[in-house]
Amino acid sequence: MQGPGNFDISRRDVLKLGAAATAAPLVAKAQQGQAVDTPVVAAVTLVVNGKTHSLKLDTRTSLLDALREHLQLTGSKKGCDQGQCGACTVLVDGRRVVSCLTLAVMAQGRKVTTIEGLGTPAKMHPMQSAFVKHDGFQCGYCTSGQICSAVAVLSEIEQGIPSHVTTNLEAAVQATPIEIRERMSGNLCRCGAYSNIVDAVSEVAQATNKVRT
Amino acid sequence: MRPFSYERAATPAAAAASAARNPGAKFVAGGTNLLDLMKLEIEKPAHIIDINDLTLNKIEATPDGGVRIGALVRNTDLAADTRVKREYPLLSRALLAGATGQLRNSATTAGNLLQRTRCPYFYDTAQPCNKRDPGTGCSALQGFSRQLAVVGSSDACIATHPSDMAVAMRALDATIETALADGTSRNIPIADFHTLPGNTPHIENGLKPGELITAVTLPKPPGGMHVYHKVRDRSSYAFALVSVAAIVQRDGSGRVALGGVAHKPWRVESAEAELPRGAKPVSERLLAGARPIRDNEFKLMLVQRTLERVLLDARSAA
Repeated sequence: MQGPGNFDISRRDVLKLGAAATAAPLVAKAQQGQAVDTPVVAAVTLVVNGKTHSLKLDTRTSLLDALREHLQLTGSKKGCDQGQCGACTVLVDGRRVVSCLTLAVMAQGRKVTTIEGLGTPAKMHPMQSAFVKHDGFQCGYCTSGQICSAVAVLSEIEQGIPSHVTTNLEAAVQATPIEIRERMSGNLCRCGAYSNIVDAVSEVAQATNKVRT
Repeated sequence: MRPFSYERAATPAAAAASAARNPGAKFVAGGTNLLDLMKLEIEKPAHIIDINDLTLNKIEATPDGGVRIGALVRNTDLAADTRVKREYPLLSRALLAGATGQLRNSATTAGNLLQRTRCPYFYDTAQPCNKRDPGTGCSALQGFSRQLAVVGSSDACIATHPSDMAVAMRALDATIETALADGTSRNIPIADFHTLPGNTPHIENGLKPGELITAVTLPKPPGGMHVYHKVRDRSSYAFALVSVAAIVQRDGSGRVALGGVAHKPWRVESAEAELPRGAKPVSERLLAGARPIRDNEFKLMLVQRTLERVLLDARSAA
């Protein structure tokens, strides 16, 4: 695998471009610091759900577009594409991030986990099962992001990371409904399935002893 | 988004030198307030210097009893740091009041300081904005200004600085360490770091071309009760209408900084002498010369009432 920092970057006159690319006049300017009008392509190695993929991507490609348009992992959804809705939440090196505000080239060599990597229809992740059981969705568009986020929320609580509603910064954190609501505030659900989502996350938290009963 | 070339810098000096060679370059760390602006073509870097490989992600003790926070320490990790929670809880509280879990996992210490305003007219490329396109005018003055500045503003710009973290750092007397393109470094007190809009609202800080933030240092813990109170239109994930960061000692003395009211974290040291006399005289000094407009005049009373609440909280916790 290529090490970080080792990039094969080239400018091409004609490119097969992904969703991130817009029609741009193909006039290259040689001088450094001048506006680049020609798309720049970089070789990127992404490790997604345990599989290594070597891609050639326009540098503008977000991690979300790389996953959806180049790797056909369409579970992660594009809601706002501005980091405000959370529908594109994935795990990078185990931490939840919004993949729309991460460049694919920045994810070089990092371990990306999407909803497809958490579970399958035949072998669902406990969080997926809990969302089904508690009806934690209506249209389903935000659900992949909600589930990826929720899995990370319980991990953050286990690591003792406090939140805005944590009363004592230095005490162990409990996965109470108010903690779950605050920690899930970056995942919007226009259908308004929030109360069922909290029930689903709470059940997984209790099953894995992340809350005192 | 405009095309850009991309590199990963290996050292702070190399990053600064590359940025100085490429006037259209931008550093990227978390990317959470660069990529959104690039998608709107408000930021149009021709070259991106990824600094995530730099070893600037440690939180270390300093010889004088303070703490040195690497530029790349993620907001989540800074808020959850054992020593920060115990000795600088104001900073943890401010960080946790901002953004979301996903964004705090990506956003860095340096990037948080360099956030651009969330003024709706800065983001709306169909509207004039002196910050985005110098000389075009300020749409906010006659527009929807509920979120915007009441103090330190100008006829050219009434944008606010959106950071919560920076407000706590202002109260904690932080110093910003940088690396310059010529291989030297310097320390900038946070009071002098962010600038007021004046006639040049597109300039938001005193960084020189290519200058890279490498760390933020905090002096030894100030003690006292730390309270950060943020008032916003939603109970989570919203920018401040007003926020108050306060450190209150048992004898009633202390420090106060405000967020959501100005182009920079707002602190007036001379106002702090009034703290033993309560929120009203402190607020009056803090907001002397304020220039509110129709939609944000409420912030003047909101500052006083929020400070009153903060002082009560500090006293009851003491």
